[in-house]
Amino acid sequence: MELIIRDKIKQVKKGDQAAFEDIVLFYQDKIYQHCNRMLGNAHEAEEIAQEAFIRAYINIHSYDERRKFSTWLYRIATNLTIDRLRKRKPDYYLDAEVKGTEGLDMYSQLAAEDKLPEDELEELELQNYIQKQIAELPPKYRSIIMLRYLEDFSLQEISEILDIPIGTVKTRVHRGREALRKKLRHV
Amino acid sequence: MDCNKEALELMHKHLDGDITRDEESRLKVHLEGCADCQTHLHELKRAITLIQSTENIKAPDDFAAKVMQQLPVERKSVKYMRWFKMHPVLTAAAIFFLFTITGLFSAWEHDSQLMVSNPENLIIKGDTVIVPEGVTVEGDLVVQNGDLKIEGTVDGNVTLINGSLVEDDSLDSNGLMASVGEVNGELKEVDRAFEWMWYRIQNLFKSIFSFE
Repeated sequence: MELIIRDKIKQVKKGDQAAFEDIVLFYQDKIYQHCNRMLGNAHEAEEIAQEAFIRAYINIHSYDERRKFSTWLYRIATNLTIDRLRKRKPDYYLDAEVKGTEGLDMYSQLAAEDKLPEDELEELELQNYIQKQIAELPPKYRSIIMLRYLEDFSLQEISEILDIPIGTVKTRVHRGREALRKKLRHV
Repeated sequence: MDCNKEALELMHKHLDGDITRDEESRLKVHLEGCADCQTHLHELKRAITLIQSTENIKAPDDFAAKVMQQLPVERKSVKYMRWFKMHPVLTAAAIFFLFTITGLFSAWEHDSQLMVSNPENLIIKGDTVIVPEGVTVEGDLVVQNGDLKIEGTVDGNVTLINGSLVEDDSLDSNGLMASVGEVNGELKEVDRAFEWMWYRIQNLFKSIFSFE
């Protein structure tokens, strides 16, 4: 599949706009899902995912063919979702790092037992519950957990997508896993 | 082994596939004797399995079509620029060709005034160059954009560009053809742009390949 995509990208670079449709069709579900999980809103997810593909098309000449196309595409999509999340105010407060602590934000200050997951389980199906728990992770952990476990990228690739050092990726994967463990241990 | 620090660290290393053999056996030994850490690792793995069990959602049906509709229509200049970037050799050739053509055209413009290669002893009357009787032109004679009338002698080739040789066919008092100009060489008339160009190219090659 990678080979076919590589071929299509070459065609797009040569000015064949129609070849881009096959690229969109191949990645649309993954990118849409990624945006949806990042934003937790289907309408915004569609808008941002479309924007990601349009930007990829406009900037196709800056794509280096020696690297993985999906990494490049996810990078565009992730940056767009992060920009969108920043514009939303309420998330900001919980996500902001607590002064005087390294990498600790308000989420880590919340005791896991504050909520009663059993009560929520009664209202929600398991699937929805899990989705909700993912959505409640702070964006910087959420993006990494999703890329690692739902989209199967290696830690090195995640470091490229998010443009952060691999050490930071590892730290956030650890924290993200711990946060999920607390959220899901009663399921 | 400290459960909160070292063991936890090793568990995450294990999950990332970063763990060394030595570390792995130490973790194993610790887990065998520590129920809390066993539960902790189990919960971590289970959380991962749970999030991986979530359903995949699909993009809306008209997603790709909507993207394609929103793609910018390429401006022609962008297309050309990209083409140039992708074909550097052809671009260089095209630019070279353009310069050559403009060079030739400017030479053509420049050449539209009357020019005589060696005007000594010659008479110039308006557009006509006259080699007077009794005058001998040594070497080749080139006249551009003018007519030539030969009454004397030219010791070499004569080339006429955009002009013609004037044959003086009026009878003079002697009743003889007075104009008996002599050309001791080839006589060439060039009067069209393409022939002129051809002439220049020939000259160019001659100058390139002559070793004198």
